[in-house]
Amino acid sequence: MNKLYKFLAILLAGGMLAFVGAARAADEAPDALIKRISLDVLDTAKGDQQIQSGDQQRILQLVEDKVMPYVDFERMTSLSAGRFWREATPEQKKQLTAQFRDLLKYTYSGALAQVRDQKIQFRPLRASPDDTEVEVQSQVLQSRGDPIQLNYRLEKLPSGWKIYDVNVLGAWLVQTYKGNFASEIDKGGIDGLIKTLTERNQRLASAAKNAKAPS
Amino acid sequence: MKRAVRLGTLAIAIALGGCASAGANDPRDPLEGFNRTMFSFNDKLDQVALKPAATVYKDVTPSFVQTGIGNFFGNIGDVWSAINSLLQGNLEGGFTGVMRVAVNTVLGLGGVLDIGTEAGLTRHQADFGQTLGVWGVDSGPYVVLPLFGSSTLRDTVALPADIYGNIWTYKRPIVWRNVGTAVRVVDQRAALLDASNLLEDVALDRYAFVRDVYLQRRASQVRDRGGPWADDGYEDVPEPAAESAVQKKPDGN
Repeated sequence: MNKLYKFLAILLAGGMLAFVGAARAADEAPDALIKRISLDVLDTAKGDQQIQSGDQQRILQLVEDKVMPYVDFERMTSLSAGRFWREATPEQKKQLTAQFRDLLKYTYSGALAQVRDQKIQFRPLRASPDDTEVEVQSQVLQSRGDPIQLNYRLEKLPSGWKIYDVNVLGAWLVQTYKGNFASEIDKGGIDGLIKTLTERNQRLASAAKNAKAPS
Repeated sequence: MKRAVRLGTLAIAIALGGCASAGANDPRDPLEGFNRTMFSFNDKLDQVALKPAATVYKDVTPSFVQTGIGNFFGNIGDVWSAINSLLQGNLEGGFTGVMRVAVNTVLGLGGVLDIGTEAGLTRHQADFGQTLGVWGVDSGPYVVLPLFGSSTLRDTVALPADIYGNIWTYKRPIVWRNVGTAVRVVDQRAALLDASNLLEDVALDRYAFVRDVYLQRRASQVRDRGGPWADDGYEDVPEPAAESAVQKKPDGN
């Protein structure tokens, strides 16, 4: 489980590089994108003193700047909501996507906070040039414990390749949240799910504020 | 007679209707009611006994001691993993596992030092449930066992084999075996403390989250026979200094 979250974070961190790559992103190969982002996020997390000492706000900022632009949250949310997505109103879809995005941001940050000295290795990409959906496979090596399998599913959009699913240790994020979403919707409908997510995000936000590292 | 049959059919129809509307029943988890109860029980036990013990262990024990303990029991587990790799027809995995145990036991002070990983012989976990899966046995429904946690019907059946395949089970005197087992359990729990705290934050329904992660992971372990190897086609990403030189080249992938 520990590895699962560590790498969920690294995985998302891997999606960063908003500033530098904007123009190149559109024609950059998906595996090159992930490699670049993974290295960047890992190096930033390892090298930043405040992050190493647990400054949650700073980690959140890092995730916001460098990971979020490379993830297609709408697709992730619609996939996780499954058949309920069709039944949702546009307003519900918008709110659900926004809340899920925040939840994922906290997830990534939480895992990124546990990065210490990990290294990443990549498998050569097996895809034909006209593929619009690919899977990039990597694994994270750590000093204590077994290597952690970390795979990404990307889709090609006009704005460049975007991540829409992540696999840690064999479990896909979308598949995992599908069950959670379904049981929440079963209890209180889509609005119930949105409410649960909102409350959870508020709780995580205040926890993050209070978790600022002592200077 | 006819009336009884009709009443009986009506009763069954109502019962089935009740089942159908009882919620988003996952076909992989027909025992969900039982499983949720077990999950809560394990959770309480964890909150009351295991987590506090693991927290104290993590805070008080020097990290090199924790690493040594983890390595020692990991090495013992590697013996059974190697056997299972061979049973699954994974010769490379099996032989690497044997080498790993040999190197760690002989050169690693009885398994306390993990020299194998440094030498490129990474751990490849394999248990008997996985072996049965590779041989074609379907996993069956999701089952949460008391104390042991997530499992499937197949893996529960395989559990006695895993227990007797772990050579620590044969350790005598019994008091040493029990103390060792307790230490191993606490050490493993301590390794998962950060992750379990994060899990509480981000899972909306912890039971479903743990179940879905477990089932996916298990399926991938059986499919890929335990996951990727360190040297199975993986390339190191070049260091930052070299990386910036690489970035200047146009990406011709």
